[in-house]
Amino acid sequence: METLEQIKSRLEAAIPGLGLEIQCNGAVPGQASLVVPPARAIEAARFLRDDPRLALDYCSNVSGVDWLDRVVEEHARVTRVIDGRERVFDECRERRVPGYLEAVYHLYSMRLKHGPVILRQRTVNRVDQARVTSLTPVWRSAEFQEREAYDLFGIVFEGHPDLRRILMWDEFRDYPMRKDYVEPDDYEYEPTPHDDLKEKARRHYPIEADA
Amino acid sequence: MNRRIPEDVLIEALSTGDLVPESPSHAAVLPRPEGAPRTASEAKPHPIALGDSEGTLLEVAVGPHHPSTHGVFRMDVVLDGERVVRLKPVFGYLHRNHEKLGEGGAYLAAMPYTDRLDYFCSLTNNWAYALAVERLAGIEVPERAEHIRVITAELTRVLNHACLIGFLLQELGSMGTPIMYAFREREKILELIEALTGSRMMCNYMRFGGCRCDLPSGWIEACRDVVEALPRFLDEFENLLSTNEILMARTQGIGVLSAEQAVQAGMTGPMLRASGVNYDLRKVDRYGVYDRFEFGVPLGAHGDVYDRYMIRMLEMRESVRILQQALRAVPAGPIINPKARLRGFKPPAGEVYGRIEAPKGELGFYLISDGSANPYRYRIRPPSFINLTILEDMCRGATLQDTVAILGAVDIVMGEVDR
Repeated sequence: METLEQIKSRLEAAIPGLGLEIQCNGAVPGQASLVVPPARAIEAARFLRDDPRLALDYCSNVSGVDWLDRVVEEHARVTRVIDGRERVFDECRERRVPGYLEAVYHLYSMRLKHGPVILRQRTVNRVDQARVTSLTPVWRSAEFQEREAYDLFGIVFEGHPDLRRILMWDEFRDYPMRKDYVEPDDYEYEPTPHDDLKEKARRHYPIEADA
Repeated sequence: MNRRIPEDVLIEALSTGDLVPESPSHAAVLPRPEGAPRTASEAKPHPIALGDSEGTLLEVAVGPHHPSTHGVFRMDVVLDGERVVRLKPVFGYLHRNHEKLGEGGAYLAAMPYTDRLDYFCSLTNNWAYALAVERLAGIEVPERAEHIRVITAELTRVLNHACLIGFLLQELGSMGTPIMYAFREREKILELIEALTGSRMMCNYMRFGGCRCDLPSGWIEACRDVVEALPRFLDEFENLLSTNEILMARTQGIGVLSAEQAVQAGMTGPMLRASGVNYDLRKVDRYGVYDRFEFGVPLGAHGDVYDRYMIRMLEMRESVRILQQALRAVPAGPIINPKARLRGFKPPAGEVYGRIEAPKGELGFYLISDGSANPYRYRIRPPSFINLTILEDMCRGATLQDTVAILGAVDIVMGEVDR
């Protein structure tokens, strides 16, 4: 199979102004991935599927990932003039990187028996612009998996034919796979609470738990 | 059934033995009165409600407590007479957010949870997870452990396929006999697994870099005896079923799936190969030591339920071949890589997707490590969940009784579908 750099340059040649990015991977097999802008994702996906040299006809896995806001420390050498003399300082600045949700697609070719090529789509943020483009029109196998990512992560897949909750019940409001999910306080009486439950038991049945 | 049939029509239908009016003339007797009060179940828009043809169609919820649905699984079916017009699978009744549990503990802590995914095949679940973590951290697995893994995985495949055929026949109305034949063999294999792992179904046997414990003395011989007896069982099973007139009539030409459709919908495992696509991860990825054994990949020609049944029969025979070779080839040596750390295990930051050919299809684990002791993201690609994607297309136009056969041949386990 071609390297990811070759795939990237061919994709960018085929779809002008696509703007891809390669994300490296520190793990041993080094499965690097392509970050695709959601607005053009469906064109890129069609190319990957229909190109005779790639023929990625099989979308194996679709997964949501939640990346929280994080603080990045940036070290820089700064020269400042103090009391008329130039001095060099090490300065540490904190930069806040906004969090986002990510939909990761693992693509293989059943015809040519190669893969994986990994596609990632990122949302703008985790709150009101958690949207990416559904790739179900290109690979039907994404249908239930995108519904699952919507259900558990709250990623909205635009263009999905039937975007409903799939594992949680329809009336459920939150997205349980998000990193900042707070589970509801639904303690049920237990005769012998232990570990984490002990604190909950104390809150709900203060006398019994202390006895 | 949420539509009332007027009494006179019902009596007429009953006298002809035709409870559900099939012809349009009958259906025309059941118009929907203008402005009739909507029943509670219609109060909110139903995902499978159809616009204009409403009134001639019948909506049935098959399940969640239906003996043919392999657990708590529901199919919301819209019927035109006895033909399926639309079908939406509904599940999640067993959902416990396995992925969140996996992210809450250390890497090894998720190993016993993987047993509960597809509880028929805990050993292949263990292997898929161990394989993903080993690739993430770059851990080598000793030869002896690789052979034990192949043996346990193929035993699991035999017991899964045998039981599935038993269940399928049970659902087709063959009460008792095939499933008891299958369970008799399953019992022998479960005894072997119990002797090896200490548990019949929740094995928790694999570790990163090998296996938890060595083969007990005499296990190889006992396993060989079971394996040598398997071809006789398969002959007997095939004599009973493969040319059975009722089985053929009920399964041939039912639920046909073309190769293109199957690939497009991400089918894997016997379901895919029954449609004639040659894609077996044991051959494609050559994980473990599968490249050392000779075995074939059976392929179907029609992609119907009968082919799916037959593929499983033939795969069991191939598994027996692998088992015979693997049992001869088990080398001496350690069963776990001495460099693999059980405690304080922290793989480097990065991500990996590892997959194996589980009996039901491609079972994959997608792990993201942030360098800490817990996985940042722990995702399972469950084969029986994804094989349900195209259930509606397979069932459309079939009768309700064929739907049972089609679902039975998909081979789902709700522990894995719902996670």
